[in-house]
Amino acid sequence: MATFTLPKNSTIGTGQTYKAEPGAKNVKSFKIYRFDPDTGENPRYDTYEIDLDKCGPMVLDALIKIKNEVDTTLTFRRSCREGICGSCAMNIDGMNTLACLKPIEDVQKKDVRITPLPHMPVVKDLVPDLSHIYAQLRSIEPWLKSDTPPPPDEERRQSKDERAKLDGLWECILCFCCSTSCPSYWWNGDRYLGPAVLLQAYRWIADSRDEYTGQRLDNLEDPFRLYRCHTIMNCAATCPKGLNPAQAIGKIKQMMVERQG
Amino acid sequence: MSEKQTTAIRMESALGRVRGLGSAKQGTHHWWMQRVTSMALLPLTLWFVLSVATLAGKSHEATLAWIAHPLNATLLLASIGLSFHHAAAGLQVVIEDYVRGEMPRMFSILAVKAACWLFGLLSAIAVLKIAL
Repeated sequence: MATFTLPKNSTIGTGQTYKAEPGAKNVKSFKIYRFDPDTGENPRYDTYEIDLDKCGPMVLDALIKIKNEVDTTLTFRRSCREGICGSCAMNIDGMNTLACLKPIEDVQKKDVRITPLPHMPVVKDLVPDLSHIYAQLRSIEPWLKSDTPPPPDEERRQSKDERAKLDGLWECILCFCCSTSCPSYWWNGDRYLGPAVLLQAYRWIADSRDEYTGQRLDNLEDPFRLYRCHTIMNCAATCPKGLNPAQAIGKIKQMMVERQG
Repeated sequence: MSEKQTTAIRMESALGRVRGLGSAKQGTHHWWMQRVTSMALLPLTLWFVLSVATLAGKSHEATLAWIAHPLNATLLLASIGLSFHHAAAGLQVVIEDYVRGEMPRMFSILAVKAACWLFGLLSAIAVLKIAL
């Protein structure tokens, strides 16, 4: 059966507390998931008290402050710090989002609880292993496939209406907040492609310049690859870019029915 | 996943694992029929519930006569067929979601389909016996 509880070696214990400097007035504590595969120990929550008067406004600012000033062993991915690279995707206060786009003041609770993206193998602390999901992305061949050669010395042209069909799709930055929020992806992620990859698949199916729509649909027509989507809608609720992967999946299903006559 | 699957050493590439056995090239019919049967069952179920409510307190003979009426018998048979089709399709999805391992999954799906077929036939024959 699907696992609904954490296995024994994954239950999270309580770790250290790093107190704020004496005299700090505006203190918020960050409860952060820590796991180091080299120690063989269970994961734990470490608590870091941060003086918000000496910290930037976003959760990522706090994480960087912790790593720079409090505990250099804290491990997380980050790059652009402005919501375009998708590196700092993690679960903050129970919701998958980008740490760089999440204001600390949005968290009403006493502690800001931060865990890695749910249901993924953890490499260390807040860093999930994304190799499987990257392979899934590659399996849908997210690039333009066309037999007609492009016009000489010119780009492949697209009307404004055709281009408009890609709105709400091209903005995806592949942070995988959506796929890792999807219960169907948790239970059957080995075969179900998940919302992020299916949105990417639809991005190329919907592209007027692509000539492999039929083969792309063939490749998706599968009870597990596509039809594990039960419109739970966690994907749309959690997307930090405000996209709606469930709608893209719905459009793929619609095309599947359409082509049957 | 079973114990054996999780502990076996797998050196195949991530892409090889994802591509696996390829796509089943089916699933659309199953998904679409689930939608179609649920749409058809909306009016049929409403009709069935209202009919049963109006039959409350009526005699055995009156109820038999109601079932034997060609229109009622037809709608009853349609409701039975669609309900069991819909139930089997829905339960299959639940099993595919939660049951691990090829064999347990296949046997559970076959068991559900067998049960739905048998109960469906039983119900249909009961209606036909009264109606014909």
